[in-house]
Amino acid sequence: MAVREAEPLSSLREVREAGLDREDLLGIYRNLLVTRGVEERGHILYRQGKIPGSFYTGRGNEGAAVGVATAMGPDDVGAPLHRDMGVHITRGVEPWRIFAQYMGRADGPTRGRDGNVHMADLRLGLMAMVSHLPAMLPVAVGAALAFRIREEKRVAVAWYGEGASARGDTHEGMNLAGVRRLPVVFICDNNQWAYSTPTHLGYAVEHLADRAAAYGFEGVVVDGTDVLAVYREAKRAIEHARAGGGPTLIECLTLRMEGHAVHDDAFYVPKELFEEWAKRDPLERFRTWLIENAELSDDEEDEITGGVKRLLNEAIRRAEDSPLPDPASLLEGVYATPEDLDTPHHK
Amino acid sequence: MAEKTYLQAISDGLREEMRRDERVFVIGEDVGVYGGAFKVTLGFQEEFGPWRVIDSPLSETAIVGGCTGAALMGMRPVAEMQFADFISCAWDQLVTVAAKQRFRAGTPVPIVVRLPSGGGFSGGPFHSQNPESSFAHIPGLKCVCPATPEDAKGLIISAIQDPNPVLFFEHKHLYRRIKAEVPDERYLTPIGKARTHREGDDVSVITWGAMVYAADEAAKQLEEEGLSVEIIDLRTIMPWDKAAVLASARKTSKVLVLHEDTRTGGFGAEIAATIGEEAYEDLDGPIRRIAAPDTPVPFSPPLEKAFIPQVADVVAGLRELAEY
Repeated sequence: MAVREAEPLSSLREVREAGLDREDLLGIYRNLLVTRGVEERGHILYRQGKIPGSFYTGRGNEGAAVGVATAMGPDDVGAPLHRDMGVHITRGVEPWRIFAQYMGRADGPTRGRDGNVHMADLRLGLMAMVSHLPAMLPVAVGAALAFRIREEKRVAVAWYGEGASARGDTHEGMNLAGVRRLPVVFICDNNQWAYSTPTHLGYAVEHLADRAAAYGFEGVVVDGTDVLAVYREAKRAIEHARAGGGPTLIECLTLRMEGHAVHDDAFYVPKELFEEWAKRDPLERFRTWLIENAELSDDEEDEITGGVKRLLNEAIRRAEDSPLPDPASLLEGVYATPEDLDTPHHK
Repeated sequence: MAEKTYLQAISDGLREEMRRDERVFVIGEDVGVYGGAFKVTLGFQEEFGPWRVIDSPLSETAIVGGCTGAALMGMRPVAEMQFADFISCAWDQLVTVAAKQRFRAGTPVPIVVRLPSGGGFSGGPFHSQNPESSFAHIPGLKCVCPATPEDAKGLIISAIQDPNPVLFFEHKHLYRRIKAEVPDERYLTPIGKARTHREGDDVSVITWGAMVYAADEAAKQLEEEGLSVEIIDLRTIMPWDKAAVLASARKTSKVLVLHEDTRTGGFGAEIAATIGEEAYEDLDGPIRRIAAPDTPVPFSPPLEKAFIPQVADVVAGLRELAEY
């Protein structure tokens, strides 16, 4: 089974066939802007000394993250990573809670117990990442296993990066999913650099999607800066899984446009590579596409960008009003109580 | 009541929970068609089908990680490690993901990992370990180590009911060797409550798992010499019944802590330190520890015998303490 390289979507008609109307397209654009805006504002807050620890962004990966999340159904679940802010935004996490998380405030999703993108709202179908990549990949496979046992038409999405592709969790998770044909879609955020390690020191195949064949399912390579192409491939894979067809591996090719985290200036990435990929900025690409194919007007664009700006201003204000956690609360919640099981997912 | 082996008691408890709650499922290597390496799940696949008794590939990380994901989606997974030793392959999933999930993300992970542990049958360095202390050190995990058939059934049920990741250490040497009356009805043995295995006045032994029987044998021998030994079977080491241990220490004023795991950093050290901190004034002698030496578990019978604390070691330790 050779790996398939996904074609770009070119016309509004093709997009409609893939299941998106014009309203959806404007929603995608808005989610892309919010995603980048949250991370840009977060970076400013970090430089202002308002965010402790380190700070990570997914600049360059917004299209891949929003594209996949847009293809997920309301009851589908996923375990996105630190380059996938767009998944949280698309699933409906309120930006003020993300800023509160960044700043270690009591109203962040982890209430100050964990930082940066180590958060998720399970009510929105998201599972919180850990630093050990890709430890959440087998966890997402387990979610798919639950769906299979209960014969529910739900799908789990498991994210990992090209760096984490070297770890055994990836193999064990994909192998189990392949053997049992579980309803899971694997998304590889291939941003070409695992911290400072380039791809040729991380893997020896041409495409990581080639490895899907070893697990008995299809692998697809898609341009991760093309939100519509990512959406179409993710949609196809998710519906294939939902129909009982088993997993798909989608490799989204991007370039990590910033350092591993804010402390890292990425000196090891050739300047020309940044210049080349800057021309394929996912937001700019999609904006141009909307103007050329969906008659995005100046007024509409102003309305969207203005709305995003107001949302982020208000979000930061609200997050800064959130208190820091009470040190006396430290010992709470190490162990769960039976009442904790009283959630939509645990019933 | 009927007489059951320790192994049958675990099997009965697990089967009972699977019958009453369809969210409970079993996953592990060879647990289905083969019924598990030790046959705890023998006949389960016939009764519950291949999607509730799941033969997994040889993938401890995917087994435990998969259980966590399924638990987050509302299931009550029970994983079997073929041997407790293999839990090292799933360390990350337990310690990094499952243990910290409630604290940081607010969502509970109700999973049980069954761990056939312990030595005494020439299993060698990789089929004999007692790794409970390593996990008792991890906030967020619970560690259960039953010694009797009655507790084995009641604790596997409690473990499945518990909203946290619970490591269920079942001692292989007890599987078929230990038989006792087990109530037929469903019951929960509380996690965190010790059991007084034997009442005594002169010296206390704090122990768990298979060492309860070494202590019992030693106590019987010393009874003939007029020494009255109290044995506290902790039953669970995280959480552990501090109150029961301190009460026994205060009662007898002399304490021996006994475990099959290696000595340095073993859970006995925590117990001894706690007694030292909280019952110092009540002690009439030093807190003694008997544990395996700090070596890997050896294979050859004379070496293994030298490794695992023997009844004679416990007798000598108790006698020395009594004479102090």
